[in-house]
Amino acid sequence: MVRPVPATTATTSPETANPIRWIRKNLFNTWYNSLLTVAAVAALAALAPRLARWAWHADWAVVSANMTLLLTGTYPRDQLWRLWAALLTVMSLFGLSAGAWRGNPRRWIGAAAVAAMLATTGPFQAPARGWLLGTCAGVAAGFMLGRGLTAWRRALWRRVLVALWVVSVPWIYLLLHGWAGSSWLPRVGPSAWGGLTLTLVLAIVGIVASFPLGILLALGRRSRLPAIRWVCTAYIECVRGVPLISILFMAQVLLPIFLPDYRIEHVVRAMVGITLFSAAYMAENVRGGLQGVPRGQIEAAHALGLNGIQTLALIVLPQALRAVLPAIVGQFISLLKDTSLVAVVGLLELLGIARSVLANPTWLGRQAEVYLFVAMVYFIFSFSMSSASRRLERALGLGER
Amino acid sequence: MAQRRVWLLVTVVVGTVLTLASTAALAQQSTLDVVRARGHLVCGVNNGLPGFGYLESDGSWSGFDIDYCRAVAAAVLGDPNAVEFVPLTAAERFIALQTGEIDVLIRNATWTLVRDTDLGLNFAPVTFFDGQGFMVPRDLGVTSLEDLAGASICVTSGTTTELNLADAFRARGLPFTPVVFEEIDTVYRAYEQGRCDAVTSDKSQLAGRRAIMADPEAHVILDETISKEPLAPVVRHGDDRWYDVVSWVVYATFFAEEKGITSQNVTTFQSPDPDVQRFLGQTGGLGAMLGLSNDWAIKVIQAVGNYAEIFDRNLGPLGLPRGLNRQWTDGGLLYAMPFR
Repeated sequence: MVRPVPATTATTSPETANPIRWIRKNLFNTWYNSLLTVAAVAALAALAPRLARWAWHADWAVVSANMTLLLTGTYPRDQLWRLWAALLTVMSLFGLSAGAWRGNPRRWIGAAAVAAMLATTGPFQAPARGWLLGTCAGVAAGFMLGRGLTAWRRALWRRVLVALWVVSVPWIYLLLHGWAGSSWLPRVGPSAWGGLTLTLVLAIVGIVASFPLGILLALGRRSRLPAIRWVCTAYIECVRGVPLISILFMAQVLLPIFLPDYRIEHVVRAMVGITLFSAAYMAENVRGGLQGVPRGQIEAAHALGLNGIQTLALIVLPQALRAVLPAIVGQFISLLKDTSLVAVVGLLELLGIARSVLANPTWLGRQAEVYLFVAMVYFIFSFSMSSASRRLERALGLGER
Repeated sequence: MAQRRVWLLVTVVVGTVLTLASTAALAQQSTLDVVRARGHLVCGVNNGLPGFGYLESDGSWSGFDIDYCRAVAAAVLGDPNAVEFVPLTAAERFIALQTGEIDVLIRNATWTLVRDTDLGLNFAPVTFFDGQGFMVPRDLGVTSLEDLAGASICVTSGTTTELNLADAFRARGLPFTPVVFEEIDTVYRAYEQGRCDAVTSDKSQLAGRRAIMADPEAHVILDETISKEPLAPVVRHGDDRWYDVVSWVVYATFFAEEKGITSQNVTTFQSPDPDVQRFLGQTGGLGAMLGLSNDWAIKVIQAVGNYAEIFDRNLGPLGLPRGLNRQWTDGGLLYAMPFR
């Protein structure tokens, strides 16, 4: 049950009403704070104009000319509609969910309208503009539809929506991958996926797969059966004892030696490596939550006649996961950024593509522009994830009870 | 006692796995048939080396090594675009070849004895003789190593580059002052700021760095080379038919330049020279001996051009001099074996 979110930012205290008083109170209240303020302002004043001047004179053509490459890698250019369709699917589902779980209409419809305006005025080519506008319309329509259907039959509709999310995963995979011999969706193997697309695919697969695996490992580590407990503990400690980069190298280099008859795609190897790595950390996060659930809860569940699995699924896990939500989201954000490590095992995700672009003689020496762009893309996704999680925490009343 | 038995078991298991792995790799048919059955070539490449391998803005591959992948595909399949490029890092490139993940590795790999024997690889003819060279400001008027007597020279520390530099100057009896840095970027920044008279590294790297300097025209790369870095396509040991195909594709690009055959004139080229006639498949049936069509060389030259065209297209923009990569008739090392 979602409670209305209390507004926290719009406080109209006298301090904010008078800027001078606010500055004096917050920036110059002690002699060392005054000193820090002056030093910080001086440093900013020295750096900001230079940065601005550089950004103005920088040759951003390297980014705009390679935009499609940076976003989609070597995905066949005549098949790009499939990536757009996948984006439309995901964004419409977001709209539907926001409507069903009573998102703020002003925020969602407003954001869709602003995005649509940007799509109309921005420097896009015809198909891209059409798809962007379609995506904005999908979000807005989904939101309204979600609201309407929830008002009509809430419990049923929310269940349908969860099912839709689950179905969307194989649908998007099919859309991206296709199959050999098809004229409608010809096969595009993972070796052709690249750029931001590959980054997101790796991150989403890693998150979706490592979440249940981590929960199982955490439960296994607390199991009463010694064999299971030892295996899970050994796995967790071994994986946490090595850096991700070495796991990725092992997956790329050792797997083909041990399995010479199977040609496993490089991308799949990276997915497996990232998932196995993330699951170990996930397990420790979840274990922390499990330890925080009072014993009385379990005893009460047993007293009500719930069996072991019911107790776990209905009483223990919801409380445990809720308690460690910030840690889990933090881990997912770092997983998103860790996908950039696959660039060193030869995969062309966002960073790998950036390296390739910089080796093009036309764009030699444009490192600053390209890497700044890559950093901005990572920031946008990481920041969205963390702000979404903050909203979820508030909705769940975390830290308030 | 029990411990020894465990170790014995481990040794036997690991040994069996490795033996099975190697026999499985050996028992396969020729890569030539595999490629033809598959319909495309799988080529291991570098995805970020200026001039040699990189992605164009439209998502297609470009570069000197990339062109040789296309040349092999054109010879075998008649289609230079029937290539799947597999970007590989330096660490995984040879394993990818050994395990059969790729058909041929064309990724600035240096030909050495250890790789040729111990790693079970075969090197096709060298496509690019790289080696350590020197870059100097044009104003200095330096033309040879002897002119650099007493100069200060920027170099990365702790590399073979640093050792080669000392050896080369000692052998010539020239004094010099090394200016050593840890980071490659720092080396070139110091050079550009005039903190040393010259900078030394592999020539392909010098050219790449020169191209991104504030004023590339103000710097020249000396013709002299003081170390050997022969870069060549690599295939697996024990697959002679495939090795022959890759080797003769490389020779075809050399030969075409030697005889003045270009991508423009290859279809109309006429010559009384019997070597050329055999090369063009008009006589001799050389293609059939390689297991290819008789017009294979025409396909290669049509697709990527002769060696000079490949070099100028990819490495020309970097301002890389031909150096050792000239025809043997011009004092270089490119020497196509006779087409007969």
